[in-house]
Amino acid sequence: MSRPNTRTLSLKALSLKAALLGALLGTAALLPGAARADEQYFPLQSYRVGPYAAGGTGFFGGFIDYLTLVNNRDGGVNGVKLTWDECETQYEVERGVECYKRQKNRPGVAAWNPLSVGIAYAMIDDVGRDKVPLITVNHGRTDSTDGRVFKYVFPLLLNPYSESSGIVNYIGTREGGLEKLKGKKIVVLYHGSPYGKETIPIYQLLAEKYGFSVEQVEVPHPGNEQQSQWLSIRRTKPDYVVLRGWGVMNPVALKTAQKVGFPADRIIGNVWSNSEEDVIPAGDAAKGYTAITTQASGADYPVLQEIAKTVYGAGKGNLDDKKRIGSVYHNLGIVNGILNVEAVRIAQDKFGKRTLTGDEVRWGFEHLRLDPARVEALGAKGLFHSINVSVANHEGEGRVTFQQWDGAKWKVVSDWIAPDWALLRPIIEKSSLTYAAEHGLQVRDPAAEDASN
Amino acid sequence: MTDLALEKAGTATVRRLSPAPFGIGALLIVAYGVLPLVASEYLFDAILTPFLALALAGLGLNILIGYAGQVSLGSSAFMAVGAYAAYNLALRLPGLPFLVDILLAGLVAAAVGLLFGLPSLRLRGFYLAVSTLAAQFFVQWVFNKVGWFSNDSPSGIVTVPPLSVAGLPLDSSAGRYLFALGVVTAVTLAVWRLVESPTGRALVALRDHETAARVIGIPVLRVKLLAFAVSSFIIGVAGVLWAFAYLRTVEPAGFNLDRSFQILFIVIIGGLASLRGAFLGAALIVVFPLLLSRLGEALLGGLFDSGVLEMSQRIVLGLLIVTFLIAEPAGLTALLDRAWSRIAGRFRRAG
Repeated sequence: MSRPNTRTLSLKALSLKAALLGALLGTAALLPGAARADEQYFPLQSYRVGPYAAGGTGFFGGFIDYLTLVNNRDGGVNGVKLTWDECETQYEVERGVECYKRQKNRPGVAAWNPLSVGIAYAMIDDVGRDKVPLITVNHGRTDSTDGRVFKYVFPLLLNPYSESSGIVNYIGTREGGLEKLKGKKIVVLYHGSPYGKETIPIYQLLAEKYGFSVEQVEVPHPGNEQQSQWLSIRRTKPDYVVLRGWGVMNPVALKTAQKVGFPADRIIGNVWSNSEEDVIPAGDAAKGYTAITTQASGADYPVLQEIAKTVYGAGKGNLDDKKRIGSVYHNLGIVNGILNVEAVRIAQDKFGKRTLTGDEVRWGFEHLRLDPARVEALGAKGLFHSINVSVANHEGEGRVTFQQWDGAKWKVVSDWIAPDWALLRPIIEKSSLTYAAEHGLQVRDPAAEDASN
Repeated sequence: MTDLALEKAGTATVRRLSPAPFGIGALLIVAYGVLPLVASEYLFDAILTPFLALALAGLGLNILIGYAGQVSLGSSAFMAVGAYAAYNLALRLPGLPFLVDILLAGLVAAAVGLLFGLPSLRLRGFYLAVSTLAAQFFVQWVFNKVGWFSNDSPSGIVTVPPLSVAGLPLDSSAGRYLFALGVVTAVTLAVWRLVESPTGRALVALRDHETAARVIGIPVLRVKLLAFAVSSFIIGVAGVLWAFAYLRTVEPAGFNLDRSFQILFIVIIGGLASLRGAFLGAALIVVFPLLLSRLGEALLGGLFDSGVLEMSQRIVLGLLIVTFLIAEPAGLTALLDRAWSRIAGRFRRAG
């Protein structure tokens, strides 16, 4: 290794940098220019590569399929055509940020849907400044449920706290009433990551409230070895195990449970342990396993039928593998599509049938009220229950249901269950108000906003 | 004799006429004066600020690997330490000015680096590299495990407070870029002074022949630990920039082994033992994939879905890196030097 002369810094560095910048600006100019006046644009920070590709292809596939359906069937929303493009993030935060800065320059952005907590966190500041809604369906920052503080962030349908409460309520119904939970023993097996640990205090709280005992056991990432955890579970002899897993941890948990003789129908999966990709690798061991979901799976719902017929029939479907139509992630993408499109429609009723600004779409999300009748009219009866978003409540009181894996497909085994929102709200508000104080944000007054609109 | 003298004088003139001072000057004028006025938010937040943060991390690692010859695979752990230290200092001691926070965060990273540098007193080469992996895994595990570091945030991801220095808010894209630029300039200057000093020469002596260095009286143990401390300090500061100027959130998963490798590649591709190398390497690692992805999207976006494009870009990037390194194993710095001397030679002959 020769010792280079450090003094010859850097005209070359400059010229290289200038060349790179020039090339970059040149390519930027190549990009498609302004959207036409009657278009509404959905920037998709998708991930089709990397460890989470299974979720990404399903979710964004479903989202795109629904947007295609609306364009083909109705010619868009009231004549406003829906457009989108994809930017690959691989679920990495800095790639998501780059995509955000790149895609936001196209006009007519309706809403952002990154499906990644990390990316969503990094965008919260910017969406507030750019005044465009950020949708984190079924996940996201729990305290962003408080729309008084997080004006542009919407953890639609379900946040992690509601999910935990929904699971406990379901176990209650299986035992024949919440009061029967007293003296029961529940083990929560969680992924050793920030995501996995997020609900530890909530299960504590629920255990105190209903008088069951809870033991929370960590599985280090990625979770492909769980022998010791399950041996200790066997010693504890719990009534139920809640599986709060992610990726490879889920099938391994089910297989190991079978090995130590813990029955699968006493394992309840959370919202990231509920897909076909989680159970099929476990084979036989997954039979009887039950998991929470906000959207039932299967392709029997009218909207799915339409997508299968008109979108896939015309060869315009987004999934490579048609067998995945109606799978958990695909249906989540479709439900997410319905919620986004309906928010645009509701906002159009107020602001006019044209390309809306992000702030106008935000208003649409804050008035996104789809009762079961409207859901049925959209062809999604049974696919999801209802949503009722308001200025103060950006989650929208999504109901949950439970599906059991019969070895070949998911079968719904419960009614639509409501989490105990009233119990969780004070904790959420405490956290959101702390955030508001730290960041010098004004807390909005829902009554005043509703009156002025 | 006269010929030789003449030739010597000739090279000396070329040296004196070398473009370095002008180059640096022009670069600084563009970076401080022109870019803040003309650049877009995309350029700042997606390219320039991450480029600066990673270049600084590369600079830090280059002291350890390039100058002192000690291999480390734990760089992103020290970035994490810097980022979390600055976050906790800003949170728990709000009275402190942010520049002091950065300094202290760097010192905390240096202390941790010193600790994980101890095995270098006994281990060398691959064995040392493996032992620095311990830093990588241990630090990430601690930040994941102990909620105190992220202020018991339920999701473990924390949002950092808005950036401001001496009451001046630097929360805009340009502001954060200028802040990062200022820090990087100052640290680069300090590193330049260091590597030109006797200590810098001691580092190189250590790298080139440890026994010989010991024989000529260099305190090998002290110099090794110093290299670890200085390197970790700089990487820790880079972590602060990464968290506060670039992403504005901190999570343990953001500082994983991939990031350590990224920084290592910056140093290797850019050029070992050169200040320019870190910047060139970071430019390649940050800018090139974006350029490629935009080109791919513009040319082929309609034909393939983004997953296929992404995969082919990885292949292209990998091939290009291999080609670069075959053309010049000593990195981009040497490649540019060669190109420059060829151009200069042609000019001289023509003139």
